[in-house]
Amino acid sequence: MLRLPRFKYLRPKTAREAARMAAELGPRAMFVAGGTDLFPKLKRRQFEIDTLIGLDFLPRAIRNGSDECAVDAGVTLAVAARDEHLIARFTGYAEAAGVVSSPPLRNAGTIGGNLCVDTRCNYYDMTYEWRKAAGFCLKKDGDICLVAPSSPRCWAVSSTDTAPMAMALEGAVILVGPDGERELPVAALYRDDGIEYMAKQPAEVVTGLRLRSTAGSRSAYVKLRRRGSIDFPIAGAAVAAHFDGDVIVSCRIVLSAVASYPLEAKAAEEFLKGKRLDGDTVREAAQLASKPAKPLDNADLSHFWRKRMVRVVVEQAFERLNDQRGGVDG
Amino acid sequence: MRHEVERDVERVVLALDVNGETRDVLVPVHKTLLEVLREDMQLTGTKHGCELGECGTCTVLIDGKPELSCLLLPVQLEGRAITTVEGMSHGPELHPLQVAFGELGAAQCGYCTPGILLSAKSLLEANPRPTRDEIRDALAGNLCRCTGYTKILQAIELAAGRMR
Ligand SMILES: Cc1cc2nc3c(=O)[nH]c(=O)nc-3n(C[C@H](O)[C@H](O)[C@H](O)COP(=O)(O)OP(=O)(O)OC[C@H]3O[C@@H](n4cnc5c(N)ncnc54)[C@H](O)[C@@H]3O)c2cc1C
Ligand code: SF4
Ligand code: FES
Ligand code: FES
Repeated sequence: MLRLPRFKYLRPKTAREAARMAAELGPRAMFVAGGTDLFPKLKRRQFEIDTLIGLDFLPRAIRNGSDECAVDAGVTLAVAARDEHLIARFTGYAEAAGVVSSPPLRNAGTIGGNLCVDTRCNYYDMTYEWRKAAGFCLKKDGDICLVAPSSPRCWAVSSTDTAPMAMALEGAVILVGPDGERELPVAALYRDDGIEYMAKQPAEVVTGLRLRSTAGSRSAYVKLRRRGSIDFPIAGAAVAAHFDGDVIVSCRIVLSAVASYPLEAKAAEEFLKGKRLDGDTVREAAQLASKPAKPLDNADLSHFWRKRMVRVVVEQAFERLNDQRGGVDG
Repeated sequence: MRHEVERDVERVVLALDVNGETRDVLVPVHKTLLEVLREDMQLTGTKHGCELGECGTCTVLIDGKPELSCLLLPVQLEGRAITTVEGMSHGPELHPLQVAFGELGAAQCGYCTPGILLSAKSLLEANPRPTRDEIRDALAGNLCRCTGYTKILQAIELAAGRMR
């Protein structure tokens, strides 16, 4: 059997207390919310810790203001995916939460955990015995990258579905550290590094996500994976746009699972400003959006195909925006 | 990996509500619910497959909703209602889903069956008249390597009809 390693389980009552524990214990301890990402990785001995700090105290409410929505970090993906206000106002976010993993995992996995999910790689998300036989890599226990041996860095893939969408919606997270609370744009939460993939302090707890929508905004998320359930993304497109009538005033396009962080497609965003979403425009924008995506051979299916499919998922996401308005152009 | 065996085992006494009965168990805190059910409570109806969240055969209900017992810690479950396949029947009287699965031959090796029965039970409690697509969606985390799923879908529809 694949068993968890021995650990102690701490039960702080507040985020501040949890952050203090984490600051004191350092890398020996990790936070756990739903455990749906952490436990498989602990079973495969991808982390060496002796203490878990339980985040069971995290609140689990979704508070809807007139144009703002505050989602507590303890809200499960299943609840977020079904929330009527999120579906109506932040459609893409509810869609992204609803395509993470599988139904039983979404009942346990939290939106806070989803923002912090570890980066993935075919050479790393393997059991200890497999990694020992194949040779360890930079991310854990080794000193070279097995995907790009001449590279000094790790290229493990950002595999969260909701983070790209939260970024496209210009969301912000609330972080509670040992000494206080701060708000950080989701876009500033990640780093382009497969190992140190988060820019927050390790002892900071994510306590909530804030999403703001303005009139005339629409959003959609399209995910690519081998099967329609269970699998992590191997590419994905999160798009959010503000419209004036039919014309795009501004938009954000963030790609999933094609880099070590959620990758914003800035050239395509610029290109779309002031344009209508007809077929040719969408095709050209999708082409531009796929340029910065450089998937490597470390996730499911061929990376050449994943690269080609980025264009397709971006096109499909914009078609969804058109559908939301009630009709597809071109 | 290196220092693991030298670490002390932290044991906790937990009051777990399993199939409507509160039971006190003394367990190492790092044991999963799947391990505690099977090894400490002799409830072996819950099966272990991948143990990594990928197959669904270890599905149990937590407050009526399916979750994967291979990725749950009992220490996080005090005060929550845990239902295993053993909790579906009332004495000798099987749940309508179990009857329908038997009648239609919806189980071959039967390894996925406890998890699928529980996912289906949770679905029918929330939605007594699911469409076939809704049933497929509800079972999207439960893999079956034998049946091809058709009999399973038919059995759930048969049971749903009888339960209405
Ligand atoms: C088979 C399988 C398929 C999956 N498929 C997908 C998928 O398609 N898409 C996807 O995005 N994910 C997927 N996941 C991963 C996981 O289920 C989800 O990302 C889930 O949202 C993680 O949330 P959690 O509460 O379970 O996090 P946990 O496992 O508890 O934690 C994950 C990480 O975040 C940290 N953490 C958790 N909460 C906080 C917090 N509030 N503040 C600070 N740090 C925190 C933990 O220390 C840990 O490092 C899959 C997992 C499995 C097992
Ligand atoms: S990208 Fe390279 S270093 Fe990073 S996990 Fe994969 S093999 Fe290891
Ligand atoms: S044994 Fe739990 S999901 Fe496979
Ligand atoms: S009946 Fe054998 S796995 Fe489903």
